[in-house]
Amino acid sequence: MPVLEEGERAMSLIELKNVSVGFASRGKKKDVVNALVDMNLSIDEGEIIAVVGESGCGKTTLGKVITDIYQPSSGEVLYNGKNVHKLSKKEYQEYRLGVQMVHQDSYAALNPNKTIAQSLVLPLLRHKLAKNTEEALKILFEYFNEVGLNPPEMFLEKYPHQLSGGQRQRILLARALSVRPKLIVADEPVSMVDVSLRISLLNLMAKMNQKYKISFLYITHDLGTARYIASHGRIVVMYLGKMIESNNIQQAISKPMHPYFQALIAAVPEADPSYRDEYAKKLPLRSLDLPDLLNLPSGCKFHPRCPYYNEVCVGKEPELRELGGGIVACHFAEEIRKKLEERS
Amino acid sequence: MDPIIEVKNLCIDYKTNRGMIRACDNVSIDFYRGDIVGIIGESGSGKTTLASGILGTIHAPGRISNGEILYYPKSGEPIDLLKLSDSEYAKHRWTDITTVFQAAQNVLNPSLKIKDHFIETAMAHKTEKAMTKKQILERAAELLSQVRLEERVLNSYPHQLSGGMKQRAIIALSLLLEPDIIILDEPTTALDVITQWYIIDILRKIHERTGITMIFMTHDVSIIGSVVNRMGVMYCGQLVEYGRIEDVFSSPSHPYTLGLLNAVPSLKDDIENRRAIKGYPPNLLGLPAGCRFGPRCYMACEGGCKPEEVNSISLIDAGNEQLTLCPCWKKVKEQCR
Repeated sequence: MPVLEEGERAMSLIELKNVSVGFASRGKKKDVVNALVDMNLSIDEGEIIAVVGESGCGKTTLGKVITDIYQPSSGEVLYNGKNVHKLSKKEYQEYRLGVQMVHQDSYAALNPNKTIAQSLVLPLLRHKLAKNTEEALKILFEYFNEVGLNPPEMFLEKYPHQLSGGQRQRILLARALSVRPKLIVADEPVSMVDVSLRISLLNLMAKMNQKYKISFLYITHDLGTARYIASHGRIVVMYLGKMIESNNIQQAISKPMHPYFQALIAAVPEADPSYRDEYAKKLPLRSLDLPDLLNLPSGCKFHPRCPYYNEVCVGKEPELRELGGGIVACHFAEEIRKKLEERS
Repeated sequence: MDPIIEVKNLCIDYKTNRGMIRACDNVSIDFYRGDIVGIIGESGSGKTTLASGILGTIHAPGRISNGEILYYPKSGEPIDLLKLSDSEYAKHRWTDITTVFQAAQNVLNPSLKIKDHFIETAMAHKTEKAMTKKQILERAAELLSQVRLEERVLNSYPHQLSGGMKQRAIIALSLLLEPDIIILDEPTTALDVITQWYIIDILRKIHERTGITMIFMTHDVSIIGSVVNRMGVMYCGQLVEYGRIEDVFSSPSHPYTLGLLNAVPSLKDDIENRRAIKGYPPNLLGLPAGCRFGPRCYMACEGGCKPEEVNSISLIDAGNEQLTLCPCWKKVKEQCR
């Protein structure tokens, strides 16, 4: 099924074709939990895509399958049009350098026994981006200035525990940037950073996106930051391993099509107390709990929680289809939108 | 308004290898009966320390070096909680003042069933009218239904519950002995938006029904905005602003509050207006001279004030029950207009 093919266009940087990832459950029954089901996604050069969803919806698995940390159990991941598992050794190395990841927990992502310099010089030497340590440090100086760690020598000699969360997150970003990647997969990069510093990190990523044309896959459960960073980009909403809606982010948030995404938006609290009365008195959901991953409902996976469901939803799983400039997987998206507009 | 807890000039120190850290510096704050208060601050700003101070759970290397915490019971004379011995304090803990801890998912004992947690808690904090096991379980089931959990949860082990269910079970547990005040330390951090909405909804309903005083400690401005009546802002161990939520939001009187409110991305506002506060919070071992926010303050940069010379240690009245630590609060308020 084609996804967002807007006319003829150059090859995508990364393309996922019907990718599924399953994990064997360790319970008594031999069962498979599908963290990602039939995912189709293409990421172009210089694009920012925000991926949102509840925990357990498969958004981190998506990031990890793109970076080849997890391998798809079916389907393929293409890098510049080629399956990443059929690349030559040299091409594969280029792919691994081209796709970098920034993790959520900056403390766990840096070796506590090494100084920042020791940790960050190594990849540059290993990939022959620098001839010797001196040259590598010179490169790092440049990127540290870029990410706002001034003066760089003050940070390079420190150990991870001596730095604050915001500083460590900047270091992770500098580390990813230093190998000149084409795509950075950022998995909740700001959720553990102080509120007053979040925006500056998001701005930094947006700046890198514009300056070096680096694509970002921004994985988050925070719609506010997603809207902020991907203000000109796309949003992908996931539910139980599937993409259920994707659109231009402004359009998606002002006019959500899928009932799940509508509930997600209604649940976001607004800081300004003058909006307090608007904060949903009741969520448009029948049940607040995710279904059992080993015993998924029939038909539309969302129907046990959906306030608009009927027999059609129980019997048949909706496929992604084009609607309102984006795509959505819901049988009754138009009707639901009409109902909502009538009500308001 | 009836005060329920008055914190006066509270100082809490932690001894470290490299010197003393004052995690809570001369904090004075009044909480009123039946109010919902939110204390906001970044990590290391001292909100958890303040909560521990009120709960009497400061342990070595921490030490309360100054101040008093007055608790006004429903009837009788006010009690200075800091003057009580451990066993005297234990009479108030959980029966009068209770808490929902941070990272609540991890506070349940993995080898005990939920019902054992209720029984243990009730037995440990024996009140005059000691409950029998049966009474405890009846009360537990009733509380669980208030947080919209089924009674069968009582027979579950913690690992059988989801994060949101555990959080709700802990809220029920904290209400077991009908307390006056509940202190919630980051009650919804690490939960999904939908679960978060649910927990907030439950807490609001509990407040409507029982009128219990709630104190939220959080870093999430949006939670504060959607629940509380009164908010305090902490920075580097100091309370820098305290007032009614509408006032603090519409006209903050401290530059840090102003910066913080401008730094939160939301779904409604104009993206262009969002701005980060420059710099990083200082290390508590090497605090800047004078105003602690000085090096990051826009006003100090523009030459509007000399932060090194600012030496305010107690809150200034900025009118309308709004208290601030910034001597230039008039200028900050003008900025918001």
